[in-house]
Amino acid sequence: MDTTPSLAVTGSRQPSALRRNGDMIFFAIMIVGLIVAPFFTYPLFLMQAMCFALFACAFNLLIGYVGLLSFGHALYFGWASYVCAYAAKGWGLTPELAILLGTLTAAVLGLVAGSLAIRRQGIYFAMITLALAQMMYFVALRAKFTGGEDGIQAVPRGYLFGLIDLRNTTAMYIVVLVIFLAGFFLIYRIIHSPFGEVLKAIRENEPRAISLGYRTERYKLIAFVLSASLAGLAGSTKAITLQIASLTDVNWPMSGEVVLMTLVGGLGTIFGPVVGAFVILFMQFKLSVVGEWVLVIQGVIFVTCVLLFRRGIVGEIAALFKR
Amino acid sequence: MVTIFGIPSAALFGQLLIGLINGSFYALLSLGLAVIFGMLNIINFAHGAQYMLGAVAAFLLLQWTGLGYWTALIVAPLVVGAFGIIIERTLLQWLYKLDHLYGLLLTFGLALIVEGIARNFLGSAGLPYTLPDSLRGGQNLGFMFLPNYRAWVIVASLAVCIATWLVIERTRLGAYLRAATENPTLVRAFGINVPLMITLTYGFGVALAAFAGVMAAPIYNVSPQMGSELIIVVFAVVVIGGMGSILGAIVTGFGLGIVEGLTKVFFPEASNTVIFVVMAIVLLVRPAGLFGRRA
Repeated sequence: MDTTPSLAVTGSRQPSALRRNGDMIFFAIMIVGLIVAPFFTYPLFLMQAMCFALFACAFNLLIGYVGLLSFGHALYFGWASYVCAYAAKGWGLTPELAILLGTLTAAVLGLVAGSLAIRRQGIYFAMITLALAQMMYFVALRAKFTGGEDGIQAVPRGYLFGLIDLRNTTAMYIVVLVIFLAGFFLIYRIIHSPFGEVLKAIRENEPRAISLGYRTERYKLIAFVLSASLAGLAGSTKAITLQIASLTDVNWPMSGEVVLMTLVGGLGTIFGPVVGAFVILFMQFKLSVVGEWVLVIQGVIFVTCVLLFRRGIVGEIAALFKR
Repeated sequence: MVTIFGIPSAALFGQLLIGLINGSFYALLSLGLAVIFGMLNIINFAHGAQYMLGAVAAFLLLQWTGLGYWTALIVAPLVVGAFGIIIERTLLQWLYKLDHLYGLLLTFGLALIVEGIARNFLGSAGLPYTLPDSLRGGQNLGFMFLPNYRAWVIVASLAVCIATWLVIERTRLGAYLRAATENPTLVRAFGINVPLMITLTYGFGVALAAFAGVMAAPIYNVSPQMGSELIIVVFAVVVIGGMGSILGAIVTGFGLGIVEGLTKVFFPEASNTVIFVVMAIVLLVRPAGLFGRRA
């Protein structure tokens, strides 16, 4: 059996009270930071970053805590964003219903793709998820409702619950912040629940978890569906916030990007994906002038992270404090 | 006009031919992936980028030095293979003790770098590569027209695949290789230089991808994204065939090319997705893959 070190280098031990307190402090800092930040920088950038941070957190739930590398998470993000955009524009649904519909779509897709992918382990799992995502990319390219190369543009933000006008940036910002925090906290709760402990056991040693009587397939599938749904929630929110759903969101580079965000921030850390998403988006924002070189820079970051920096930003900082 | 199942036979055979051509590339690339995975335990995501580099090398050789197709068919795999060896020595060798997934992530990064650089210098549009005169024209077989170059691609890739299979299964070097795949430590104890074999295996796998790239250059346009589009399909092929068997990789590659070609005739809307659908069905029926020994 595989005795190589698991992917999540920081492998969390028993969560001590001290550690919990530490998490709560960082959680508080993050909330305060996100409330204050729009006074200093572009709210639209922050909203986009929060959507991607939630996307990365959802992805991290699989790689960091179950040890499953999904290389096709753009599937859930992108398809949820299409369905949400179409529901809001084509059917004129209110934003909360559109987002819900997008998230449900991602959950169903996650159930189908997940039940296929968990039939194989390790490297094959990654290839299967990538291949299925590519298949649904072609479907999105061909389907009528997605608008093909144009995507769905000018998606109305609409009125939340039919009451609150989301064209108002402050209102939109609060909605995105609440969704992000709710998703983040849900993931935190999942990780620290008994269910989450079983997931970590599967990550560390699946045959042993099986011999202890856990139906690991089921646990993996549930984790996969949860991760896909949360990725869908992120994608739907993005569609409403940025008012667009396009092929970029559903294509393979997007799957790679979420891997990169999580890797840079720290695989298997709670705050890592958030930090990673903000860093990568900030980089793209600053580097938009250099055009195609962004791809090269992303590749270089990938290589550097894998060779020298496997714990990511948050993981490295945590390791410093442990000494 | 002769028809088969209501389809003009010329169209049917034409698509079958295209299927066989695509199948040649699937077979060559999945063969390289399987050989590399066997020795290095790394799924080489950069395989598509290296295939593209082969095509680009052929294009640049023609543009800058005027060296034609036949020279490129030898030189490009050597150059790109050497590039692969450098990558293995400088980057990949540090990953063998880690989880396999790190290899996938690192080679994904490499693919991004190579594709990004190619886009900067070549642009995203395809560049045409002219066929050598000796391979122009074609044969009329009575039921269809067979362009010489397409026939050459199928024959050449079949020959390379079978030669690789023979070397691995029937020679002493191949026996070392198979032994080192099973148990590298023990093979090392017998005094065989396993690290060198690993390096050369990677170089060979990369050269195979570049060889496929040169052959693809006259058929498809030479473009930076030609590799990344192909590699994901090849991943599906590898999942279907399983990486345990060399012959399995070859048979699956050609077989799926034909399936794809037939789909283009009978149900064109699904031609892009059919291989992934086959993969899903295989996962349901035989999770270990058609030629896989176990999950």
